Amino acid sequence: MFGKLTMSAVPMNQPIIMGAVLFMAIGVAVVLGAITYFRFWRQLWSDWLTSVDHKRIGVMYIILALVMLLRGFADAIMMRSQQALASDGGAGYLPPEHFDQVFTAHGVIMIFFMAMPFIVGLMNIVVPLQIGARDVAFPYLNSFSLWMTISGAILVNLSLAVGNFARTGWLAYPPLSELHFSPDVGVDYYIWSLQVAGVGTLLGGVNMITTILKMRAPGMTMMRMPVFTWTALCTNMLIVAAFPVLTVTLGLLALDRYLGMHFFTNTAGGNPMMYVNLIWIWGHPEVYILVLPCFGVFSEVISTFSGKPLFGYTSMVYATICITVLSFTVWLHHFFTMGSGADVNAFFGITTMVIAIPTGVKIFNWLFTMYHGRVRFETPVLWTIGFMVTFTIGGMSGVLLAVPPADFVLHNSVFLVAHFHNVIIGGVVFGCMAGYNYWFPKALGFKLDERWGKISFWCWLIGFYVAFMPLYALGLMGMTRRLDHMDNPVWHIYLMVAAGGAAIILCGILAQLVQLYVSIVNHVALKDVTGDPWNGRTLEWATASPPAFYNFAETPVVLSRDSFWDMKRRGVAFHPPVHYHRIHMPRNTGAGFILGVLGGVVGFGMIWHIWWLVLFCLLAGLAVVVAHSFDEDRAYYVPSGEVAEIEGRHFQQLMPQAGD
Amino acid sequence: MSVEFVSPVPCRARYRNSQATLPASVNRRVDASGRSGAKCRGRRRAWGLRRALPVAALLGTAPLLGGCQFALMDPRGPIGADEKSIIILSTVLMLIVVVPVIVMTLAFAWRYRASNSAATYAPEWEHSRGIETVVWLVPCLIIAALGTVTWISSHRLDPYRPIKAAAKPLTVQVVSLDWKWLFIYPEQHIASVNQLALPVGVPVKFLLTSSSVMNAFFIPRLGTQIYTMAGMQTQLSLLASKAGDYRGISANYSGDGFSDMHFTAEAMSGKDFAAWVAKARASSQALTLASYRALAQPSERVPVRYYSSVTPALFHDILNQCTNGAPCRDAAMAMAMAKEALGSSFRLCTTINPAGNPAGADPKGMQ
Repeated sequence: MFGKLTMSAVPMNQPIIMGAVLFMAIGVAVVLGAITYFRFWRQLWSDWLTSVDHKRIGVMYIILALVMLLRGFADAIMMRSQQALASDGGAGYLPPEHFDQVFTAHGVIMIFFMAMPFIVGLMNIVVPLQIGARDVAFPYLNSFSLWMTISGAILVNLSLAVGNFARTGWLAYPPLSELHFSPDVGVDYYIWSLQVAGVGTLLGGVNMITTILKMRAPGMTMMRMPVFTWTALCTNMLIVAAFPVLTVTLGLLALDRYLGMHFFTNTAGGNPMMYVNLIWIWGHPEVYILVLPCFGVFSEVISTFSGKPLFGYTSMVYATICITVLSFTVWLHHFFTMGSGADVNAFFGITTMVIAIPTGVKIFNWLFTMYHGRVRFETPVLWTIGFMVTFTIGGMSGVLLAVPPADFVLHNSVFLVAHFHNVIIGGVVFGCMAGYNYWFPKALGFKLDERWGKISFWCWLIGFYVAFMPLYALGLMGMTRRLDHMDNPVWHIYLMVAAGGAAIILCGILAQLVQLYVSIVNHVALKDVTGDPWNGRTLEWATASPPAFYNFAETPVVLSRDSFWDMKRRGVAFHPPVHYHRIHMPRNTGAGFILGVLGGVVGFGMIWHIWWLVLFCLLAGLAVVVAHSFDEDRAYYVPSGEVAEIEGRHFQQLMPQAGD
Repeated sequence: MSVEFVSPVPCRARYRNSQATLPASVNRRVDASGRSGAKCRGRRRAWGLRRALPVAALLGTAPLLGGCQFALMDPRGPIGADEKSIIILSTVLMLIVVVPVIVMTLAFAWRYRASNSAATYAPEWEHSRGIETVVWLVPCLIIAALGTVTWISSHRLDPYRPIKAAAKPLTVQVVSLDWKWLFIYPEQHIASVNQLALPVGVPVKFLLTSSSVMNAFFIPRLGTQIYTMAGMQTQLSLLASKAGDYRGISANYSGDGFSDMHFTAEAMSGKDFAAWVAKARASSQALTLASYRALAQPSERVPVRYYSSVTPALFHDILNQCTNGAPCRDAAMAMAMAKEALGSSFRLCTTINPAGNPAGADPKGMQ
């Protein structure tokens, strides 16, 4: 009846795990209780769960990312403390079978369920506004993508309470991830959570590309698009090109595990090297999927807060395109030590380095954007400058690792761990935080508290260096990654310092939570009445904060690159249009939410071999899709009177400002 | 070892001067395993050094320190030495552009801060052909230089490339097992577990495979690691130029017992190596197919063990996955190819001579 699922799947005898489960359960109970107490259920359903509004979907993506940041960071603290405690002869507090799940979950959660939703959330909120569109091209698909991603995230977290997670590392290399060596459900949780979330990511990519290519405001040619939109376009092209590879690779692994096939097994003609190649053909573009939109964020921030157009816009666009194309030519650098010939290794080493050229150009362009500018040191700028310094160092260690003979001794060491945290924290996390602080007033109508924002930045920056510089040193001492204990007391002090760094980062995360809380409490004082709190340059600042659900009462006409800046210069910004027209908008639908839930349950059924449940949910999902396709009443007109009323309120707010 | 322990010489000098010394890690391992009473002056000194090092590392000077802790910066063989110089050369080349970028970032941010009204403000300035040419050209030049280094060094340090030396190379077959290392010396007909003996100055040709999951064979002080994979053979040449006991590890996560999957690589004089071989030959254990199968069962923290003899072609059988009596992969492959060749020649014959029935060409007859 329940497949492999029995009561023994709940690890009652593991106090640490049960403690974490209890903690999560309390968290969920508090949230549900609060919703009930404030009678928020109806509104939650009609305004959020069924919403197809790109801004709300974006906000929900970012909430998911922040929650998963806490979960993934809890794993990080466990790893750093375990290695610190178990490097002086002690055993620490985590046995290998637990520690191995922790580092696997940390990688999976941080990449797939923290960084990805954060990026996707930012793109969702910002891109339609930047191009002057009313929503994305396929709003219902957007809602479906969100709920599939959330279902995947729930599956990963469920593995904590029911069963266990993979103990294979975040890319689940076979043969270790094959049934013979990992017979439990851990790898199945890995496969199905990523497959379920992957559907969402891929369709989100299709949606965003269509939106950018087809829905730009009149006059916005490709070379007038804001750089963030450019990077979003390139990232979504990468998603559409790379994620099917992941889906197929995990699909083949699932066939090995479920149907006894031999794609990647040691025996019967299987070849694990094929998996390693395939997973990195997805995996390397994935890091650019994460970092390109962050480059876009930095471009917007540095230009806005320097009071200047971005230096070398054309160079920037071509550099982004170069990175997009080149990102598919470098995957082999993840396994120079697999015994490829010297020609192959040298080729991929050089292609990897070539990516440093457009990246270097970008750094220089940001530098020269500040040059002859008036740089205002608000929180987003601090993150940007912190990024420029940190990412340069991370890029340097990356190019070093691209030299095959250097990689022969540094591969898989904690030097590598330090390198990719250097670029992912320095690039992606800093970029997300810059974007979060920059666009928060646009999304929610009030600014974030500056003081706590700055405290958070400094904690993150200092914490990063204290946590990861010792790992560079340890890598040069020959310490490999993923050790649950080591008998080398020389390393102890370095690991203690690294654990201290993690604690400083924890302060940074707590400061962010405090920042959010303080800002909500003071939201009246922090209110953004103009819609343009930073003296912005691009179209998203041309509308109210938060924008009305239709974004723009009248589609803006674009005459130049920084079009809102241009409107302000020409004196046509902040003026109500002469006439209001009715606006065509999509209706909310629960179909995306229901399909997402069904998708998650299909994944759960696959993990535990509950075949009837899988079949039932697939059929139910099909029924929902069919039923929804017969729903003809999917859109409606907002009457011009209602638009006039909403816009009237916004301009009334603006008037005292306009008088200054 | 215990003499080494109480030595008052600071640890750095100790490794430079003495021949049969241990890396710090091995020292401390002995310490942890019982002989912990020996609190040496060297160790106390090392404490001060240990505290100072993270600070130095923070300043980015770690690679310059060398010394006994930084295994990769204190190599004991030509491969590791070459790799060390490539790391340093590449880093220096990149610093040419990295240092100015960081300085410019901080300088520009400070100079053009909003409160500094003395600085030029050019709100429309967004393009300069000169600057853009330079910012594309400088990374291109650095990468061209690094690319050249990469191409040359990748070929020179190709793990498969034999090391040129006067001495005749020694072959060692390496098998990663769950979770220990088996070293077979085919020329000496002996084997050992978790201990690798190497004569100093003699190039060693390693042939590597795995009995189960993927691992990586790595002796940090000698250089280059390489993966071990079941059903496949990788190859690596290393040379130890100084005697000493070096730590060897698995550098690719392989499951629960991974953290304890290390071995000692003992580089020794030719005379000592002969003695080591003799010691192994005197062992009471022999590595037969049966004892190999027992050894291949998952186990952790396996003590060092020697085998006086090795069943012929054991490495071949592990590589071809036939230690359990299954047909060897190479034989099965040859059989399949022969079948196919015969099958096609059979078809060919029948095409040329439809009436003909060449004897012995019936593919079914092969079975």
